[in-house]
Amino acid sequence: MIPSPPSANLQLTADGRLKHFLSIEGLPRSLLEEILDGAASFVEVGDRSIKKVPLLRGKTVVNLFFEASTRTRSTFELAAKRLSADVLNIDIAKSATSKGETLMDMLWNLEAMASDMFIVRHSDSGAPFFIANHVTPQVAVINAGDGRHAHPTQAMLDMYTIRHYKGRFEGLKVAIIGDVLHSRVARSQIHALNILGAEEVRVIGPKTLLPKDIESLGVSVYTELAAGLRGVDVVIALRLQKERMDSALLPSEGEFFRLYGLNNDRLRPAKPDAIVMHPGPINRGVEIASEVADGPRSVILHQVTFGIAVRMAVMSMCISGQESGL
Amino acid sequence: MSQKAHLLIRKGRVIDPNTGRDEVLDILIENGRLVRIAASLDAPGAEIINAEGMLVLPGLVDTCVHLSEPGGGRSGSIASETRAAASAGITHLCAQPNTNPVIDSTAVVRLIRERSFKAGFAKILPLAAMTRQLEGKQLAEMATLMEAGCIGVSNAGTPVQDALVLKRSFEYAATFGIPVMVQPQDAALSAGGCAHEGPVASRLGLPGIPAVAETVELSRALILCEATGVRLHVQQVSCGASTALIRDAKARGLPVTADVSIHHLLLDESALEGFNSDCHIQPPLRSRDDREALLVAVADGTLDAVCSQHIPLGSSSKQAPFPATRAGIAGIETLLPLMLKLVNEGTLTLHRAIELLTSGPARCLGQQIGHLEIGRNASLCVVDAAAMRTPIDDWLSAGKNSPWLDIALPGNVRLTVCEGKVTWLSD
Repeated sequence: MIPSPPSANLQLTADGRLKHFLSIEGLPRSLLEEILDGAASFVEVGDRSIKKVPLLRGKTVVNLFFEASTRTRSTFELAAKRLSADVLNIDIAKSATSKGETLMDMLWNLEAMASDMFIVRHSDSGAPFFIANHVTPQVAVINAGDGRHAHPTQAMLDMYTIRHYKGRFEGLKVAIIGDVLHSRVARSQIHALNILGAEEVRVIGPKTLLPKDIESLGVSVYTELAAGLRGVDVVIALRLQKERMDSALLPSEGEFFRLYGLNNDRLRPAKPDAIVMHPGPINRGVEIASEVADGPRSVILHQVTFGIAVRMAVMSMCISGQESGL
Repeated sequence: MSQKAHLLIRKGRVIDPNTGRDEVLDILIENGRLVRIAASLDAPGAEIINAEGMLVLPGLVDTCVHLSEPGGGRSGSIASETRAAASAGITHLCAQPNTNPVIDSTAVVRLIRERSFKAGFAKILPLAAMTRQLEGKQLAEMATLMEAGCIGVSNAGTPVQDALVLKRSFEYAATFGIPVMVQPQDAALSAGGCAHEGPVASRLGLPGIPAVAETVELSRALILCEATGVRLHVQQVSCGASTALIRDAKARGLPVTADVSIHHLLLDESALEGFNSDCHIQPPLRSRDDREALLVAVADGTLDAVCSQHIPLGSSSKQAPFPATRAGIAGIETLLPLMLKLVNEGTLTLHRAIELLTSGPARCLGQQIGHLEIGRNASLCVVDAAAMRTPIDDWLSAGKNSPWLDIALPGNVRLTVCEGKVTWLSD
C-alpha cells in the first residue's frame, strides 16, 4: 500500500451529486450533460426583461480572486446575482494575505461570515482543491481557474457552444491550437470533449508549448497547422501571452502567427462548416486574424453569453448538492 | 534511560555487512566499549537486553539530514531531530550545510557540535558549504572547516552554476583530499518546477522539472570529477538515466559513490494525485520506470546508500496550494521501517538493505562507522523487524510532514547505542 491522495472524489456527494466544481476530470458524462441542460434553461432567463430567478436567494457567494480577471469574475458575479444571491468580491491583492495573514486564516474568517460558496481563481494549480479540502463542509467551492490545471466552467461553456452549433459530440473532431502548456482551459476542454464522446481531440503547436506526455490525456499531437486542421469540425485558438517570448519558448509573435495563426486561408483544411472558438481575451494578429475573429465562422461572442448561463447552472447544482448532503 | 556500566545483548541475530557476519550471538558492552561478540556470554551485574528474535545491527548511518537548527525556528531542534533519529536506530547522520546561517564558518560547526553533544542522541557529521553562503561564487574555507569537524563539502540544493567555480572547487577539495557531495539539479532547467515533468504534472498543470535537469548537472559533475580526481559523492539520485551515468562512471574507475532517498524507492509521480503536498519533494518523485531503475541500482550496487533526506517542516509549510508548499518529507523515523517494507515485499534482500543503511553510507561519507568492531565504542541498534507500528503513534520529529504517518510499517527499535552511549531504549 502506498499513501492515497487526500480526496479522490472531493467534488461529489455520496449519491453522486455535484457539491464542488473543481475539475472536469473524473466526472461522469451524465453530470456534464446535466450542466449543459441546466444552462439551456438559464439562457432563456437572460432574454427576459427581469433577469432573475430565486434559486440562490439568501445565499452568500464570495468571489475569491487571487489573480486578476475581469471577464470571468464579472460573469460569475452576474450569474450569482441572476440567481438572487448576495455577492461579495474580495480583491486579494488589497486584502490581508498581503499583510502576512495565511490563506487558512483568511478562509476561516470568510467562513465565519456565513458564506455559502467560494468562487476561486488562483495562480497555483490545485488551489481550489486545497480550499475545498479545508473549508467547512457546507461551503461549495467552484474553480474559476487554477494555475495551468483547470478552468472547468470555461470548458463547459465551450461545450455548450459546441453543442449549440453542432448538436452533438459524437463524430466531432476538435483542434486546439497554441499554448497548451500554460493553458488550464485546454486541459479542461480535453477532459470534457473526451467524456462527452468527441471522436478526436487534437492539439497543435510547437514542442515548446505542448506539455510532455500530453497524449496520455487522450489527444493526438500535431506540430503542423495544416495537418492538424484537416477535416476538423471545431477550431479552438488559445491565447498566447506576450511573456512567452521572454522565456525562450518562441522566437517572436510574428513567427508564431506565420506558423500557427488563424486566417481564412489557413482555415481551409478544416471542414467548410467548422466553427472557430477562442476563450478570450483575443490577441488579434497573433493567434487569430481579425478576418477570422469577426468572420462568419467565429462564435467567440456567443461563448461569453453562454458563459453566464453555464455558471448559473453550476452554481445552482452545487448549492443543491450541498443542501442534499446536510 | 539505562546508563549501567555494562550491557549484555542476548541472543540477537547479529548482522554486520562489513564482515559478512549473520548469526545468533550475544554482545557485551563494557563502559561503552564493544568487548565481545560470542555465543552465550555471561556478565554478572550487566544490564541484560533480551534480543531474542530481533536483529542486532551496526548503528544506522543516514547520509542526508536537513537540520532545522540553526535557523529552523519551530520546525524542530538538533535535540528533537537527533532524538527521533535515535528512536529509529540511527547513530550517525550527515547534516547538510544549508542551515541558517549556512555552515561556512567554524563558529557554526562548533555550535552544531556543542548542541548535538549536549543533546546526546546521535553523532552529527556536518558538511561544510563548498562556496561561501552557498552562493557559488567564492570558495568557502574548506580546509579550515574540515579541521573544525566537517566531513566533506557540498553546495546542498543550490548547485554551483558557474563551471569555472565548480572546477576550481573540485580542484581545491582534491588538493586536501576533501570529499565533495553534489545534489545534481540544474538551476535553469528546474526553475519554477515542483513535480516531475511527465504525464501527472502535465495533467495536474504543475510546472515540471525534467529528468534532464538532473542528468545534465550529474554529467558535468562526473566529467569534472574525472578531470580533477576529486572524491565525489552524488546525493539523492532520482532518475533511471542517472543510474546509468553512475554505473558507467564506476566502471571507468572514477572515485564516485551515490545515494538515493527512501522516498524515491517507494513512491513515484502518481503519489501527487489529488495535489498531495506531503509528497512534494526535491528532486521530484519521478516515473514508475525511474523508480524501478533505482531499485535495480540499489540492488546491484550502483547506488551505495539509502538515506532519509529528512526535512522537518512546520505545519504551515504544507498548508497551501501544492506549488506554494515547501518541498520535503520528515523521513528519519521511517527510513528503517520502509527499508524493511522493501525487504518484506521481496524487493531487496535483508543483507543488502542493511548494507545500504550501514557500511554503504559509511563508505559514501568516508567514515569508519557503520560496523561492529571489537575494542571500539559501540554503535549499534536492536530491532524487532516483525513488529508492526503506525508511525504517528509515537512520532518524535517536530515535522509531521510525511505521507506515511497513518500507515502501519514493520520494525520497532528496542535499543540504540551511539559511540558507547545508550541513546534509545524502549520497552
